[in-house]
Amino acid sequence: MDSSDAIYQGLKKAGIDFVVSLPCVNLGKIIEMVDCDEEITHVPVTREEEGFGICAGAYLGGKKTAILMQNSGLGNSVNVLASLYKLYKLPILMVMSHRGTEGEFMSAQIPMGEATPGVLDTLEIAYFLPKTPEDAYKALSEAWLLSEMGGSPVAMLLEIGFW
Amino acid sequence: MKRVDAIKRISEQLEDELVICNIGFPSRELYAVKDSPTHFYMLGSMGMASSIGLGLALAQERKVVALDGDGSLLMNLGSLVTIYNQDPENFILILLDNECYGSTGSQCTYASTVNLSRIAEAVGFKNIFSFKGDLDLTEVLKAEGPVFVHAKVEPGNADVPVIDMEPEEIKERFMENLK
Repeated sequence: MDSSDAIYQGLKKAGIDFVVSLPCVNLGKIIEMVDCDEEITHVPVTREEEGFGICAGAYLGGKKTAILMQNSGLGNSVNVLASLYKLYKLPILMVMSHRGTEGEFMSAQIPMGEATPGVLDTLEIAYFLPKTPEDAYKALSEAWLLSEMGGSPVAMLLEIGFW
Repeated sequence: MKRVDAIKRISEQLEDELVICNIGFPSRELYAVKDSPTHFYMLGSMGMASSIGLGLALAQERKVVALDGDGSLLMNLGSLVTIYNQDPENFILILLDNECYGSTGSQCTYASTVNLSRIAEAVGFKNIFSFKGDLDLTEVLKAEGPVFVHAKVEPGNADVPVIDMEPEEIKERFMENLK
């Protein structure tokens, strides 16, 4: 099982049936798999904040939701995470490619990469740091359960080394 | 027409449609004129009304009406592009355009110089309705979505209390009604 397969199969096992996405070079294969899956509604969005709004509506309508995003988009989603998700206690699985971590070749990714765990901590959003595809596959179901029962987003931070 | 009167007129014409209502005074006004388990009142996340509405429309079959404002739509213009591409036939986006940020002291928005329904038209929306007076939704409710409704309203807020429901209560009542 390679890293992309593990995430896709993990989402399926967790019962995720509604996914919004923004591109990241590391997420490319997963986005394709999700798009081809007839059991999953896939909505490419223009901005992460918008994606969180769409997923909130989909959850109200009975869906199990996830967002595929790069960690840079966490920055433009802080308010929606606090004043929609935390306020109404809504779940969502945040599958985040975590750029700016060890092995990063672009210096521009480093500031937001370093800020990411702190932003999640401030928002009291729990996150998993799987190191292998097997870890990630198992963690996704656990993460969704935690998210749904706790009424809060839960993140999966996938560092450069993961891929 | 005052916004509260527009909201009242809209709510009188809706039956089992699901309503996502924008943050601030619009939600307070809707709650005051008519409360219903089909209403989801936004208490935060300005800009997200059209997105929450889109997600809800894609997730289930009942018709969804999102009540948005000019200031909040300007915060999330990309939403129009996503709605057009996703093409939900059960979605009506109603823009209550008072050309100002009504809930924060009526500071002007750019909606006084930019016609937001022309943006919707340029994006590709086929069913666009513009109202300056009476908001008769008979044709709007018959039209195939996504529908964009542009209603000009006067600036100003009604003297209505804050919503005395907890956020979770709003959510749970709404979801229970959908089951």
